[in-house]
Amino acid sequence: MTGHVSIRLASERVNHCVATMNEPPRFYTPGEVITGMQDFMRGHGTYTEDDCLKASVAGVMEKVNKLICIRPLKSRYVGEIGDVVVGRVLEVQQRRWKVETNSRLDSVLQLSSVNLPGGELRRRSAEDEQMMRKHLQEGDLISAEVQSVFSDGSLSLHTRSLKYGKLTQGTLVKVYPSLIKRRKNHFHNLPCGVAIIIGNNGYIWISPQNHEGVMEEQKDDDTVDQQSVSRSDRETMARVKNCIAALVASKMMLDDTSIMFAYEESLKYDSVKDLLDPETMLDISFLTQHRINNIMEE
Amino acid sequence: MAGLLLSPTEKNFILQGVQDDFRSDGRSNIDYRPMELETDVVSHASGSARLRLANTDILVGVKTEIDTPNPDKPGLGKLEFFVDCSANATPEFEGRGGEQLANSISNMMQRAYHSSQAFDLKQLCIFEGKQCWKLYIDILILECGGNLCDAVSLAVKAALFNTRIPFVKAALMDGGNIDLQLSDDPYDSKLLNVGSAPLLVTLCKIGDKCVVDPSAEEESCSVISLVVGTTGNSKFYCSQEEAKKLPNVESKCSTIGMNGAGSVAPKTLKDAIQQGLEAAKSLDKALGQALLRERQENISFKKHSYGFLK
Repeated sequence: MTGHVSIRLASERVNHCVATMNEPPRFYTPGEVITGMQDFMRGHGTYTEDDCLKASVAGVMEKVNKLICIRPLKSRYVGEIGDVVVGRVLEVQQRRWKVETNSRLDSVLQLSSVNLPGGELRRRSAEDEQMMRKHLQEGDLISAEVQSVFSDGSLSLHTRSLKYGKLTQGTLVKVYPSLIKRRKNHFHNLPCGVAIIIGNNGYIWISPQNHEGVMEEQKDDDTVDQQSVSRSDRETMARVKNCIAALVASKMMLDDTSIMFAYEESLKYDSVKDLLDPETMLDISFLTQHRINNIMEE
Repeated sequence: MAGLLLSPTEKNFILQGVQDDFRSDGRSNIDYRPMELETDVVSHASGSARLRLANTDILVGVKTEIDTPNPDKPGLGKLEFFVDCSANATPEFEGRGGEQLANSISNMMQRAYHSSQAFDLKQLCIFEGKQCWKLYIDILILECGGNLCDAVSLAVKAALFNTRIPFVKAALMDGGNIDLQLSDDPYDSKLLNVGSAPLLVTLCKIGDKCVVDPSAEEESCSVISLVVGTTGNSKFYCSQEEAKKLPNVESKCSTIGMNGAGSVAPKTLKDAIQQGLEAAKSLDKALGQALLRERQENISFKKHSYGFLK
């Protein structure tokens, strides 16, 4: 019973690029001159210096008529109203929670914009302000929707729907927000028996599918906390997690389709820990990219 | 380690995963994450290595200097470890934030290398009682992704394997003083024998089981972690023919350290040490293979440095 150890050399490093286009898009680095011409408009991620338009972030150019923007590859999450986010409660404050959502500033969740467990209506009293920590405490993970954006860019969240609220057992995967594809629905029950929440802020929550539904969970929080996850569920979750990591390493857009494709492609590797190998990761993202291209052509 | 916030249910999930011997990324309790190693990355150091283990990024540089040996150990050289936690790793390391962690790691390394069976300091001797080599081992932590001790010890061993010490061409005795003339040719140098250099294995106690190579999340779930330092096996660091000539040595435990507020039962401690020895053996073997492979690739000179780019 010896553990598995693999040490590879830098010269054997795998190039994770799976771009199928003949030419990958031009990549601008901060300070690089985009254009010397005057008749363009300065968009996000750019600045003017010495009569030139320069990039202020590392990313690709987006041009709409005369407006030039640089979209960064890695950035903090910039929220928009209606986005689904996954966040972690950092602090319990007066009538609100501070939530970390991978944005530049911490988001807030007002006490007035949560549904109490069991659908009970809230009375505005001093009592329920004191009960706040019972509902959500420091370190808890929540799923929420962006209600509004303050003038400084920080977000105000709400959980006024049964699908939002505290998250129980599962794992969190952090990816770049720019890799998340915007979709109508960000809550998915994958056919492989795993539920995922793809937060727009780049936080992806993987949990075992809840057969009894959310209502049950809210009734009896403590029993759900203690429930153990079966081995097969655990294996599927680990596989999904490693598949997401593989897609992220190749900078592929994440949505339920791409994750599911990657999951299906990964099934040819029996052991889940094999998916940690860079070669395997590349193989999976390559096959996934191939399948996505096939769909696009049809 | 760094204060990572986790919810009670997430902790429960990790704990049960460890109990099940199936962690959140599919590894069992004794598996390591894949690592990447490159030696000779810093051109102006005598030896250097960079090791990346998942998100943990360690850069080690070895600098050599001539020093006088301690009067009580006239025939031995000196080693000095220095750990620097870059504030790029986590914001907590800013200012003096990482000092405590850095000190604990450097003390741990110092203790692990202290034993004569772990690292033979005699090979650093130039003139007994007069002059010896002193190796300054500078460890830079560039990114923290859990399991710092193991990564540091692997990177240090790789850097020492890569260290070249210039030959002494001539020595002039002038009364009590010795004037050394060192060879100018960078290839006219000797390599150190680091086969037996120790490796550290962190065993994180989660629930009542121990896991190796904990991720940052797993580290924050455990109340106590044991660091077991074990001597290496020279056989893994030389060619097969040479290995046959070497006597069989069992790896020995050279140091034990504990981090955290919890406690361990004597039986758990014993089991953990055994588990640490096992893990160190497979680590040692993998490191030896990787280093020999790299040496084979660059027999005469290094073609290409990958470093932080690419």
